[in-house]
Amino acid sequence: MALLEMNDIHGGYGGTNILNGIDIAIDADQIGVIVGPNGAGKSTTLKALFGLLRVSQGSVAFGGKTVTNMAPEGLVREGLSFVPQEFNVFPTMSVQENLEMGAYIRRDDFRYLIDQVYGFFPPLKEKRKQPAGELSGGQRQMVAIGRALMTEPKLLLLDEPTAGLSPRYMGEIFDRIIEINKSGVGILMVEQNARQALALAHRGFVLAGGRNRFTGTGAELLADPEVARSFLGGGE
Amino acid sequence: MEQGVGLLAALPVNEVVFFINKVVIAGLIIGSVYALGAVGVTLIYGILRFAHFAHGDMMTAGAFFALIFVALFPTAGDALGLPSAFVLMPLAMVVTALFAIGIDKGFYAPLRAAKVRPVVIVMASIGVMLMMQGLIRLFAGTGTYQFDAGSKAIYRLPVMGRDIILTQPQALLIVFTALAAIALHLFLTRTRMGKAMRAVSDNPDLARVSGISIDSVVRSTWVIAGALAAAGGTLLALDVTLKPDLSFNIILPIFAAAIVGGVGQPYGAMAGGMLVGFTETLAVFNWSVLLRPLRPYLPDIIEIPNRIAFVPTEYKIVVPFFILIAVLIWKPTGIFKGRVLK
Repeated sequence: MALLEMNDIHGGYGGTNILNGIDIAIDADQIGVIVGPNGAGKSTTLKALFGLLRVSQGSVAFGGKTVTNMAPEGLVREGLSFVPQEFNVFPTMSVQENLEMGAYIRRDDFRYLIDQVYGFFPPLKEKRKQPAGELSGGQRQMVAIGRALMTEPKLLLLDEPTAGLSPRYMGEIFDRIIEINKSGVGILMVEQNARQALALAHRGFVLAGGRNRFTGTGAELLADPEVARSFLGGGE
Repeated sequence: MEQGVGLLAALPVNEVVFFINKVVIAGLIIGSVYALGAVGVTLIYGILRFAHFAHGDMMTAGAFFALIFVALFPTAGDALGLPSAFVLMPLAMVVTALFAIGIDKGFYAPLRAAKVRPVVIVMASIGVMLMMQGLIRLFAGTGTYQFDAGSKAIYRLPVMGRDIILTQPQALLIVFTALAAIALHLFLTRTRMGKAMRAVSDNPDLARVSGISIDSVVRSTWVIAGALAAAGGTLLALDVTLKPDLSFNIILPIFAAAIVGGVGQPYGAMAGGMLVGFTETLAVFNWSVLLRPLRPYLPDIIEIPNRIAFVPTEYKIVVPFFILIAVLIWKPTGIFKGRVLK
Protein backbone atom coordinates (compact mmCIF):
# COMPACT_ATOMS: atom_id res chain seq x y z
CA MET A 1 0.00 0.00 0.00
CA ALA A 2 1.24 3.44 -0.77
CA LEU A 3 2.53 5.44 2.19
CA LEU A 4 1.86 8.70 0.42
CA GLU A 5 -0.57 9.39 -2.39
CA MET A 6 -1.01 12.87 -3.84
CA ASN A 7 -3.69 12.90 -6.50
CA ASP A 8 -4.16 15.66 -9.06
CA ILE A 9 -2.89 18.43 -6.76
CA HIS A 10 -3.64 22.00 -7.77
CA GLY A 11 -2.56 25.03 -5.77
CA GLY A 12 -0.55 28.22 -5.73
CA TYR A 13 -0.07 31.62 -4.15
CA GLY A 14 -2.77 34.24 -4.42
CA GLY A 15 -4.68 33.80 -7.64
CA THR A 16 -1.96 32.14 -9.69
CA ASN A 17 -1.74 28.38 -9.77
CA ILE A 18 1.72 26.87 -9.67
CA LEU A 19 0.58 23.27 -9.39
CA ASN A 20 -1.72 22.11 -12.16
CA GLY A 21 -2.25 18.46 -11.38
CA ILE A 22 0.58 16.71 -9.57
CA ASP A 23 0.51 12.99 -8.84
CA ILE A 24 3.01 11.55 -6.40
CA ALA A 25 2.85 8.10 -4.86
CA ILE A 26 5.53 6.33 -2.87
CA ASP A 27 5.54 3.26 -0.66
CA ALA A 28 6.88 3.01 2.85
CA ASP A 29 10.68 2.71 3.00
CA GLN A 30 11.11 4.11 -0.52
CA ILE A 31 13.12 7.07 -1.71
CA GLY A 32 11.13 9.35 -4.00
CA VAL A 33 12.90 12.08 -5.92
CA ILE A 34 11.25 15.08 -7.58
CA VAL A 35 13.26 16.78 -10.32
CA GLY A 36 12.49 19.32 -13.01
CA PRO A 37 13.45 22.75 -14.27
CA ASN A 38 13.21 25.94 -12.19
CA GLY A 39 9.61 26.96 -11.66
CA ALA A 40 8.30 23.46 -12.31
CA GLY A 41 6.62 23.43 -8.88
CA LYS A 42 8.99 21.00 -7.14
CA SER A 43 9.36 22.84 -3.83
CA THR A 44 5.77 24.02 -4.07
CA THR A 45 4.66 20.38 -4.19
CA LEU A 46 6.43 19.68 -0.89
CA LYS A 47 4.93 22.80 0.65
CA ALA A 48 1.44 21.83 -0.51
CA LEU A 49 1.96 18.38 0.95
CA PHE A 50 3.15 19.80 4.26
CA GLY A 51 0.26 22.21 4.70
CA LEU A 52 2.33 25.33 4.01
CA LEU A 53 0.42 26.13 0.84
CA ARG A 54 -3.27 25.69 0.25
CA VAL A 55 -4.29 22.83 -2.02
CA SER A 56 -7.24 24.08 -4.06
CA GLN A 57 -8.02 20.82 -5.81
CA GLY A 58 -6.94 17.21 -5.43
CA SER A 59 -6.25 15.06 -2.40
CA VAL A 60 -3.36 13.97 -0.23
CA ALA A 61 -3.48 10.65 1.60
CA PHE A 62 -0.82 9.66 4.09
CA GLY A 63 -0.78 6.21 5.65
CA GLY A 64 -4.28 5.63 4.33
CA LYS A 65 -5.67 8.79 5.96
CA THR A 66 -6.75 11.90 4.05
CA VAL A 67 -4.59 14.80 5.20
CA THR A 68 -5.29 17.39 2.50
CA ASN A 69 -4.60 20.89 3.86
CA MET A 70 -3.88 19.64 7.36
CA ALA A 71 -1.73 22.11 9.34
CA PRO A 72 1.98 21.24 9.76
CA GLU A 73 1.56 20.60 13.50
CA GLY A 74 -0.97 17.86 12.70
CA LEU A 75 1.14 16.37 9.93
CA VAL A 76 4.16 16.12 12.24
CA ARG A 77 2.01 14.05 14.59
CA GLU A 78 0.91 11.86 11.67
CA GLY A 79 4.55 11.03 10.95
CA LEU A 80 5.65 13.55 8.34
CA SER A 81 8.75 15.67 8.79
CA PHE A 82 9.93 18.51 6.60
CA VAL A 83 13.39 20.02 6.07
CA PRO A 84 13.07 23.38 4.28
CA GLN A 85 15.74 24.35 1.80
CA GLU A 86 16.79 27.55 3.55
CA PHE A 87 16.61 28.81 7.12
CA ASN A 88 16.29 25.24 8.30
CA VAL A 89 18.01 25.56 11.69
CA PHE A 90 17.46 27.70 14.80
CA PRO A 91 20.65 29.75 14.43
CA THR A 92 21.19 31.01 17.98
CA MET A 93 20.31 27.69 19.58
CA SER A 94 22.87 24.95 20.09
CA VAL A 95 22.97 21.86 17.92
CA GLN A 96 21.54 19.82 20.77
CA GLU A 97 18.74 22.34 21.36
CA ASN A 98 17.89 22.23 17.66
CA LEU A 99 17.43 18.48 17.97
CA GLU A 100 15.35 18.92 21.12
CA MET A 101 13.08 21.33 19.25
CA GLY A 102 12.60 18.65 16.61
CA ALA A 103 11.28 16.45 19.39
CA TYR A 104 8.99 19.19 20.74
CA ILE A 105 5.83 17.12 20.28
CA ARG A 106 7.29 14.18 22.19
CA ARG A 107 6.63 13.80 25.89
CA ASP A 108 8.86 10.75 26.35
CA ASP A 109 12.58 10.52 27.06
CA PHE A 110 14.06 11.03 23.59
CA ARG A 111 17.75 11.00 24.45
CA TYR A 112 18.24 7.75 22.55
CA LEU A 113 17.07 9.56 19.41
CA ILE A 114 19.61 12.32 19.89
CA ASP A 115 22.28 9.61 20.12
CA GLN A 116 20.85 8.02 16.99
CA VAL A 117 21.16 11.34 15.12
CA TYR A 118 24.75 11.71 16.35
CA GLY A 119 25.25 8.18 15.02
CA PHE A 120 24.11 9.28 11.56
CA PHE A 121 26.08 12.54 11.75
CA PRO A 122 29.14 12.09 13.99
CA PRO A 123 30.48 15.66 13.45
CA LEU A 124 27.40 17.01 15.24
CA LYS A 125 28.28 15.29 18.49
CA GLU A 126 31.45 17.34 18.96
CA LYS A 127 29.60 20.52 18.08
CA ARG A 128 26.50 19.81 20.12
CA LYS A 129 26.97 22.90 22.30
CA GLN A 130 27.71 25.28 19.42
CA PRO A 131 25.03 27.57 18.01
CA ALA A 132 23.78 26.00 14.79
CA GLY A 133 24.17 29.32 12.97
CA GLU A 134 27.94 29.12 13.36
CA LEU A 135 28.31 25.77 11.59
CA SER A 136 29.35 25.22 7.97
CA GLY A 137 26.65 24.75 5.35
CA GLY A 138 27.05 20.99 5.27
CA GLN A 139 26.91 20.65 9.04
CA ARG A 140 23.90 22.95 9.20
CA GLN A 141 22.19 20.62 6.75
CA MET A 142 23.01 17.72 9.07
CA VAL A 143 21.43 19.59 11.98
CA ALA A 144 18.37 20.31 9.84
CA ILE A 145 17.93 16.66 8.84
CA GLY A 146 18.70 15.53 12.38
CA ARG A 147 16.04 17.85 13.76
CA ALA A 148 13.49 16.40 11.35
CA LEU A 149 14.38 12.84 12.40
CA MET A 150 13.62 13.52 16.06
CA THR A 151 9.94 12.70 15.64
CA GLU A 152 10.83 9.30 14.16
CA PRO A 153 8.91 10.19 10.99
CA LYS A 154 7.50 7.66 8.56
CA LEU A 155 8.29 10.01 5.72
CA LEU A 156 10.99 12.66 5.59
CA LEU A 157 10.52 15.55 3.14
CA LEU A 158 13.75 17.19 1.99
CA ASP A 159 13.77 20.35 -0.10
CA GLU A 160 17.06 20.42 -2.04
CA PRO A 161 19.19 18.97 0.75
CA THR A 162 22.42 19.44 -1.21
CA ALA A 163 21.80 22.98 -2.51
CA GLY A 164 24.93 25.09 -2.21
CA LEU A 165 27.05 22.29 -0.77
CA SER A 166 30.52 21.32 -1.97
CA PRO A 167 30.71 18.00 -3.88
CA ARG A 168 32.31 16.34 -0.86
CA TYR A 169 29.40 17.27 1.41
CA MET A 170 26.90 16.49 -1.35
CA GLY A 171 28.13 12.89 -1.52
CA GLU A 172 28.10 12.64 2.24
CA ILE A 173 24.54 13.94 2.55
CA PHE A 174 23.34 11.51 -0.15
CA ASP A 175 25.08 8.64 1.65
CA ARG A 176 23.39 9.62 4.91
CA ILE A 177 19.99 9.85 3.18
CA ILE A 178 20.40 6.28 1.92
CA GLU A 179 21.40 5.18 5.41
CA ILE A 180 18.39 6.93 6.98
CA ASN A 181 16.15 5.30 4.38
CA LYS A 182 17.61 1.87 5.18
CA SER A 183 16.73 2.45 8.84
CA GLY A 184 13.07 2.43 7.76
CA VAL A 185 12.26 6.06 6.97
CA GLY A 186 10.60 6.91 3.67
CA ILE A 187 12.17 9.87 1.83
CA LEU A 188 10.65 12.34 -0.60
CA MET A 189 13.13 14.90 -1.81
CA VAL A 190 13.39 17.67 -4.34
CA GLU A 191 16.81 17.84 -6.00
CA GLN A 192 18.65 20.02 -8.47
CA ASN A 193 21.42 17.46 -8.85
CA ALA A 194 18.99 15.30 -10.80
CA ARG A 195 21.34 12.55 -12.00
CA GLN A 196 22.85 11.77 -8.62
CA ALA A 197 19.45 11.93 -6.94
CA LEU A 198 17.62 9.76 -9.46
CA ALA A 199 20.42 7.20 -9.16
CA LEU A 200 19.33 6.52 -5.58
CA ALA A 201 15.57 6.91 -6.16
CA HIS A 202 13.07 4.09 -6.02
CA ARG A 203 10.52 6.44 -7.52
CA GLY A 204 11.28 9.47 -9.67
CA PHE A 205 8.98 12.29 -10.70
CA VAL A 206 9.92 14.74 -13.42
CA LEU A 207 7.78 17.87 -13.16
CA ALA A 208 7.37 20.73 -15.60
CA GLY A 209 4.81 23.52 -15.59
CA GLY A 210 3.25 22.21 -12.40
CA ARG A 211 2.45 18.80 -13.92
CA ASN A 212 4.05 15.37 -13.97
CA ARG A 213 5.93 14.90 -17.23
CA PHE A 214 7.54 11.57 -16.45
CA THR A 215 7.06 9.13 -13.63
CA GLY A 216 8.92 5.90 -13.07
CA THR A 217 11.68 4.26 -11.13
CA GLY A 218 14.89 6.22 -10.87
CA ALA A 219 16.64 3.81 -13.20
CA GLU A 220 13.86 4.04 -15.80
CA LEU A 221 13.99 7.81 -15.84
CA LEU A 222 17.77 7.88 -16.11
CA ALA A 223 17.56 5.45 -19.04
CA ASP A 224 14.85 7.39 -20.85
CA PRO A 225 16.51 9.35 -23.65
CA GLU A 226 13.78 12.00 -23.67
CA VAL A 227 14.15 12.67 -19.96
CA ALA A 228 17.88 12.90 -20.45
CA ARG A 229 17.57 15.27 -23.40
CA SER A 230 14.96 17.60 -21.89
CA PHE A 231 15.69 17.53 -18.19
CA LEU A 232 19.09 16.15 -17.38
CA GLY A 233 21.15 18.49 -19.55
CA GLY A 234 21.69 16.30 -22.62
CA GLY A 235 23.24 12.84 -22.87
CA GLU A 236 26.15 11.47 -20.94
CA MET B 1 50.43 51.58 58.77
CA GLU B 2 50.03 55.06 60.10
CA GLN B 3 50.44 56.41 56.64
CA GLY B 4 47.68 54.06 55.45
CA VAL B 5 45.26 55.42 57.99
CA GLY B 6 46.27 58.88 56.98
CA LEU B 7 45.47 58.15 53.35
CA LEU B 8 42.14 56.66 54.32
CA ALA B 9 41.33 59.73 56.33
CA ALA B 10 42.10 61.86 53.29
CA LEU B 11 39.54 59.95 51.26
CA PRO B 12 36.48 62.05 50.70
CA VAL B 13 34.16 59.52 52.39
CA ASN B 14 31.24 61.89 52.50
CA GLU B 15 31.39 62.47 48.81
CA VAL B 16 31.95 58.83 47.88
CA VAL B 17 29.01 57.66 49.97
CA PHE B 18 26.92 60.45 48.49
CA PHE B 19 27.91 59.20 45.03
CA ILE B 20 27.00 55.61 45.93
CA ASN B 21 23.59 56.68 47.24
CA LYS B 22 22.81 59.05 44.41
CA VAL B 23 24.24 57.13 41.48
CA VAL B 24 24.88 53.47 42.26
CA ILE B 25 21.79 52.82 44.37
CA ALA B 26 19.53 55.14 42.41
CA GLY B 27 20.79 53.68 39.13
CA LEU B 28 20.17 50.13 40.34
CA ILE B 29 16.64 51.06 41.37
CA ILE B 30 15.50 52.81 38.22
CA GLY B 31 17.54 50.37 36.11
CA SER B 32 15.65 47.47 37.69
CA VAL B 33 12.30 49.03 36.82
CA TYR B 34 13.43 49.62 33.23
CA ALA B 35 14.82 46.08 33.01
CA LEU B 36 11.53 44.53 34.15
CA GLY B 37 9.67 46.48 31.48
CA ALA B 38 12.25 46.08 28.72
CA VAL B 39 12.33 42.28 29.05
CA GLY B 40 8.64 42.20 28.18
CA VAL B 41 9.04 44.57 25.24
CA THR B 42 11.95 42.56 23.87
CA LEU B 43 10.23 39.17 24.32
CA ILE B 44 7.08 40.45 22.61
CA TYR B 45 9.15 41.82 19.75
CA GLY B 46 11.17 38.62 19.45
CA ILE B 47 8.13 36.39 19.25
CA LEU B 48 5.31 38.53 17.89
CA ARG B 49 7.49 40.87 15.80
CA PHE B 50 5.97 44.16 16.86
CA ALA B 51 6.85 47.01 19.20
CA HIS B 52 4.33 46.93 22.02
CA PHE B 53 3.79 50.57 22.88
CA ALA B 54 1.12 49.77 25.44
CA HIS B 55 3.70 48.11 27.66
CA GLY B 56 4.17 51.12 29.94
CA ASP B 57 0.46 51.11 30.61
CA MET B 58 0.61 47.39 31.25
CA MET B 59 2.97 48.32 34.10
CA THR B 60 0.58 51.02 35.34
CA ALA B 61 -2.33 48.59 35.14
CA GLY B 62 -0.34 46.00 37.08
CA ALA B 63 0.39 48.53 39.82
CA PHE B 64 -3.30 49.44 40.00
CA PHE B 65 -4.26 45.76 40.25
CA ALA B 66 -1.85 45.56 43.18
CA LEU B 67 -3.50 48.67 44.67
CA ILE B 68 -6.91 46.98 44.42
CA PHE B 69 -5.59 43.87 46.18
CA VAL B 70 -4.02 46.02 48.90
CA ALA B 71 -7.38 47.75 49.41
CA LEU B 72 -9.01 44.32 49.77
CA PHE B 73 -6.38 42.84 52.09
CA PRO B 74 -4.63 45.82 53.69
CA THR B 75 -2.86 43.80 56.35
CA ALA B 76 -1.55 41.02 54.14
CA GLY B 77 2.07 41.93 54.68
CA ASP B 78 2.01 42.63 58.41
CA ALA B 79 2.89 39.14 59.54
CA LEU B 80 5.98 39.09 57.35
CA GLY B 81 7.05 42.63 58.06
CA LEU B 82 6.87 43.38 54.35
CA PRO B 83 4.73 45.89 52.46
CA SER B 84 1.30 44.43 51.68
CA ALA B 85 1.71 45.51 48.07
CA PHE B 86 4.79 43.29 47.76
CA VAL B 87 3.15 40.30 49.41
CA LEU B 88 0.09 40.68 47.15
CA MET B 89 2.17 41.40 44.06
CA PRO B 90 2.05 37.77 42.81
CA LEU B 91 -1.75 38.11 42.59
CA ALA B 92 -1.39 41.34 40.61
CA MET B 93 1.13 39.57 38.36
CA VAL B 94 -1.32 36.74 37.66
CA VAL B 95 -4.17 39.14 36.94
CA THR B 96 -1.97 41.29 34.68
CA ALA B 97 -0.77 38.18 32.84
CA LEU B 98 -4.38 37.18 32.18
CA PHE B 99 -5.20 40.76 31.24
CA ALA B 100 -2.31 40.74 28.76
CA ILE B 101 -3.57 37.51 27.20
CA GLY B 102 -7.02 39.11 26.98
CA ILE B 103 -5.62 42.21 25.26
CA ASP B 104 -3.81 39.96 22.80
CA LYS B 105 -6.93 37.89 22.08
CA GLY B 106 -9.08 40.99 21.68
CA PHE B 107 -6.81 43.24 19.67
CA TYR B 108 -3.59 41.70 18.35
CA ALA B 109 -4.57 38.08 17.57
CA PRO B 110 -7.28 39.03 15.03
CA LEU B 111 -4.75 41.23 13.23
CA ARG B 112 -2.18 38.42 13.17
CA ALA B 113 -4.84 36.06 11.84
CA ALA B 114 -5.55 38.59 9.08
CA LYS B 115 -1.81 38.51 8.29
CA VAL B 116 -1.44 42.29 8.41
CA ARG B 117 1.99 43.92 8.27
CA PRO B 118 3.71 44.36 11.65
CA VAL B 119 3.36 48.15 11.50
CA VAL B 120 -0.42 47.75 11.62
CA ILE B 121 -0.12 45.86 14.90
CA VAL B 122 2.22 48.59 16.21
CA MET B 123 -0.54 51.10 15.40
CA ALA B 124 -3.03 48.87 17.20
CA SER B 125 -0.74 48.83 20.24
CA ILE B 126 -0.75 52.63 20.26
CA GLY B 127 -4.53 52.42 20.19
CA VAL B 128 -4.49 49.98 23.09
CA MET B 129 -2.12 52.34 24.92
CA LEU B 130 -4.55 55.26 24.56
CA MET B 131 -7.46 53.05 25.54
CA MET B 132 -5.69 51.79 28.65
CA GLN B 133 -4.67 55.29 29.67
CA GLY B 134 -8.30 56.32 29.34
CA LEU B 135 -9.58 53.33 31.30
CA ILE B 136 -7.06 53.84 34.09
CA ARG B 137 -8.08 57.50 34.41
CA LEU B 138 -11.74 56.54 34.25
CA PHE B 139 -11.41 54.27 37.27
CA ALA B 140 -8.57 55.91 39.19
CA GLY B 141 -8.93 59.55 38.27
CA THR B 142 -5.82 61.63 37.87
CA GLY B 143 -4.70 61.74 41.48
CA THR B 144 -1.63 60.27 43.11
CA TYR B 145 -1.79 57.13 45.20
CA GLN B 146 0.63 56.09 47.87
CA PHE B 147 1.22 52.46 48.74
CA ASP B 148 1.64 51.79 52.43
CA ALA B 149 5.29 50.81 52.65
CA GLY B 150 4.62 48.58 55.65
CA SER B 151 7.35 48.41 58.25
CA LYS B 152 9.16 51.32 56.60
CA ALA B 153 12.39 49.51 57.33
CA ILE B 154 15.48 51.33 56.10
CA TYR B 155 18.71 49.49 55.69
CA ARG B 156 21.82 51.45 56.53
CA LEU B 157 25.34 50.31 55.82
CA PRO B 158 27.64 52.58 57.79
CA VAL B 159 30.82 53.58 55.98
CA MET B 160 33.13 55.56 58.24
CA GLY B 161 30.47 57.69 59.77
CA ARG B 162 28.24 57.94 56.70
CA ASP B 163 25.45 55.57 55.72
CA ILE B 164 24.68 53.90 52.47
CA ILE B 165 20.90 53.98 52.59
CA LEU B 166 18.42 51.60 51.05
CA THR B 167 14.72 51.55 51.87
CA GLN B 168 12.92 48.24 52.12
CA PRO B 169 10.91 48.71 48.87
CA GLN B 170 14.13 49.55 47.07
CA ALA B 171 15.86 46.46 48.39
CA LEU B 172 12.84 44.35 47.41
CA LEU B 173 12.92 45.83 43.91
CA ILE B 174 16.61 45.09 43.38
CA VAL B 175 16.42 41.57 44.82
CA PHE B 176 13.24 40.77 42.90
CA THR B 177 14.79 41.93 39.62
CA ALA B 178 17.92 39.87 40.19
CA LEU B 179 15.83 36.78 41.00
CA ALA B 180 13.59 37.42 37.99
CA ALA B 181 16.66 37.59 35.74
CA ILE B 182 17.95 34.26 37.08
CA ALA B 183 14.52 32.64 36.82
CA LEU B 184 14.09 33.90 33.27
CA HIS B 185 17.50 32.57 32.32
CA LEU B 186 16.72 29.13 33.73
CA PHE B 187 13.30 29.16 32.06
CA LEU B 188 14.70 30.05 28.63
CA THR B 189 17.60 27.59 28.73
CA ARG B 190 16.26 24.64 30.72
CA THR B 191 12.55 24.25 30.06
CA ARG B 192 10.71 22.92 27.03
CA MET B 193 8.50 26.01 26.74
CA GLY B 194 11.41 28.40 27.28
CA LYS B 195 13.39 26.76 24.50
CA ALA B 196 10.32 26.78 22.28
CA MET B 197 10.06 30.54 22.85
CA ARG B 198 13.67 30.97 21.74
CA ALA B 199 12.97 28.74 18.75
CA VAL B 200 10.00 30.86 17.67
CA SER B 201 12.08 34.00 18.14
CA ASP B 202 14.88 32.45 16.05
CA ASN B 203 12.84 31.03 13.19
CA PRO B 204 9.04 31.02 13.44
CA ASP B 205 8.51 29.07 10.22
CA LEU B 206 10.81 26.28 11.29
CA ALA B 207 9.24 26.25 14.75
CA ARG B 208 5.87 25.66 13.12
CA VAL B 209 7.30 22.96 10.88
CA SER B 210 8.71 21.28 14.01
CA GLY B 211 5.22 21.05 15.47
CA ILE B 212 5.75 23.78 18.09
CA SER B 213 2.40 25.31 18.98
CA ILE B 214 2.80 28.99 18.22
CA ASP B 215 -0.36 29.75 20.22
CA SER B 216 1.04 28.39 23.46
CA VAL B 217 4.35 30.18 22.89
CA VAL B 218 2.48 33.45 22.35
CA ARG B 219 0.50 32.84 25.52
CA SER B 220 3.61 32.23 27.63
CA THR B 221 5.16 35.35 26.18
CA TRP B 222 2.23 37.46 27.38
CA VAL B 223 2.25 35.74 30.75
CA ILE B 224 5.92 36.55 31.33
CA ALA B 225 5.74 40.05 29.87
CA GLY B 226 2.54 40.88 31.76
CA ALA B 227 3.74 39.45 35.06
CA LEU B 228 7.09 41.26 34.94
CA ALA B 229 5.35 44.49 33.90
CA ALA B 230 3.05 44.23 36.91
CA ALA B 231 6.03 43.60 39.19
CA GLY B 232 7.96 46.54 37.73
CA GLY B 233 4.98 48.88 38.02
CA THR B 234 4.11 47.80 41.56
CA LEU B 235 7.67 48.01 42.84
CA LEU B 236 8.19 51.41 41.23
CA ALA B 237 4.94 52.67 42.74
CA LEU B 238 5.98 51.28 46.12
CA ASP B 239 9.28 53.15 45.95
CA VAL B 240 7.80 56.47 44.82
CA THR B 241 4.09 56.95 44.15
CA LEU B 242 1.45 55.53 41.85
CA LYS B 243 0.13 57.92 39.26
CA PRO B 244 -2.11 57.11 36.31
CA ASP B 245 0.50 58.62 34.01
CA LEU B 246 3.29 56.41 35.35
CA SER B 247 3.80 55.04 31.85
CA PHE B 248 4.50 58.45 30.35
CA ASN B 249 7.94 58.73 31.90
CA ILE B 250 8.77 55.10 31.56
CA ILE B 251 7.89 53.94 28.06
CA LEU B 252 10.75 55.79 26.34
CA PRO B 253 13.50 54.54 28.69
CA ILE B 254 12.10 51.02 28.37
CA PHE B 255 12.24 51.09 24.60
CA ALA B 256 15.71 52.62 24.78
CA ALA B 257 16.75 49.77 27.10
CA ALA B 258 15.29 47.10 24.82
CA ILE B 259 16.98 48.61 21.76
CA VAL B 260 20.33 49.22 23.47
CA GLY B 261 20.30 45.62 24.64
CA GLY B 262 19.51 44.29 21.19
CA VAL B 263 15.86 43.81 20.36
CA GLY B 264 14.73 40.23 20.97
CA GLN B 265 17.53 39.56 23.48
CA PRO B 266 16.16 39.12 27.02
CA TYR B 267 19.59 39.43 28.69
CA GLY B 268 20.27 42.46 26.55
CA ALA B 269 17.07 44.04 27.82
CA MET B 270 18.15 43.48 31.42
CA ALA B 271 21.59 44.96 30.72
CA GLY B 272 20.03 47.75 28.66
CA GLY B 273 17.68 48.62 31.53
CA MET B 274 20.63 48.97 33.89
CA LEU B 275 22.61 50.94 31.32
CA VAL B 276 19.80 53.42 30.75
CA GLY B 277 19.16 53.66 34.50
CA PHE B 278 22.81 54.37 35.33
CA THR B 279 23.18 56.79 32.45
CA GLU B 280 20.18 58.73 33.74
CA THR B 281 21.49 58.95 37.28
CA LEU B 282 25.01 59.84 36.09
CA ALA B 283 23.62 62.49 33.80
CA VAL B 284 21.65 64.27 36.50
CA PHE B 285 24.28 63.76 39.22
CA ASN B 286 25.75 66.93 40.64
CA TRP B 287 29.44 66.39 39.96
CA SER B 288 30.51 69.48 41.87
CA VAL B 289 30.01 67.42 45.03
CA LEU B 290 32.88 65.18 43.98
CA LEU B 291 35.04 68.15 43.05
CA ARG B 292 34.62 69.95 46.36
CA PRO B 293 37.33 67.94 48.19
CA LEU B 294 39.78 69.22 45.58
CA ARG B 295 39.15 72.82 46.56
CA PRO B 296 42.19 73.16 48.87
CA TYR B 297 44.48 72.04 46.04
CA LEU B 298 43.08 74.34 43.40
CA PRO B 299 44.27 77.90 42.80
CA ASP B 300 41.84 80.50 44.06
CA ILE B 301 40.91 81.76 40.65
CA ILE B 302 39.16 78.44 39.84
CA GLU B 303 35.71 78.44 41.36
CA ILE B 304 33.80 75.21 41.66
CA PRO B 305 30.22 75.93 40.70
CA ASN B 306 27.47 74.73 42.99
CA ARG B 307 25.95 72.56 40.38
CA ILE B 308 27.65 70.66 37.55
CA ALA B 309 25.34 68.14 35.93
CA PHE B 310 25.13 67.02 32.34
CA VAL B 311 21.38 67.40 32.38
CA PRO B 312 19.12 69.23 34.83
CA THR B 313 16.95 66.77 36.75
CA GLU B 314 13.73 68.00 35.19
CA TYR B 315 15.08 67.12 31.72
CA LYS B 316 16.06 63.57 32.67
CA ILE B 317 13.82 62.19 29.94
CA VAL B 318 16.19 63.45 27.24
CA VAL B 319 18.79 60.90 28.40
CA PRO B 320 17.03 57.76 27.13
CA PHE B 321 15.99 59.75 24.10
CA PHE B 322 19.62 60.53 23.36
CA ILE B 323 20.66 56.92 24.00
CA LEU B 324 17.92 55.76 21.65
CA ILE B 325 19.04 58.04 18.84
CA ALA B 326 22.73 57.27 19.38
CA VAL B 327 22.10 53.52 19.26
CA LEU B 328 19.89 53.76 16.20
CA ILE B 329 22.54 55.77 14.38
CA TRP B 330 25.72 53.94 15.41
CA LYS B 331 24.70 50.44 16.47
CA PRO B 332 21.14 49.63 15.41
CA THR B 333 21.45 45.97 16.49
CA GLY B 334 22.28 46.96 20.07
CA ILE B 335 25.04 45.58 22.25
CA PHE B 336 23.72 42.02 22.21
CA LYS B 337 23.19 41.91 18.43
CA GLY B 338 19.42 41.89 18.25
CA ARG B 339 17.16 42.68 15.37
CA VAL B 340 16.79 46.07 13.79
CA LEU B 341 13.48 47.43 14.94
CA LYS B 342 11.29 48.16 11.95
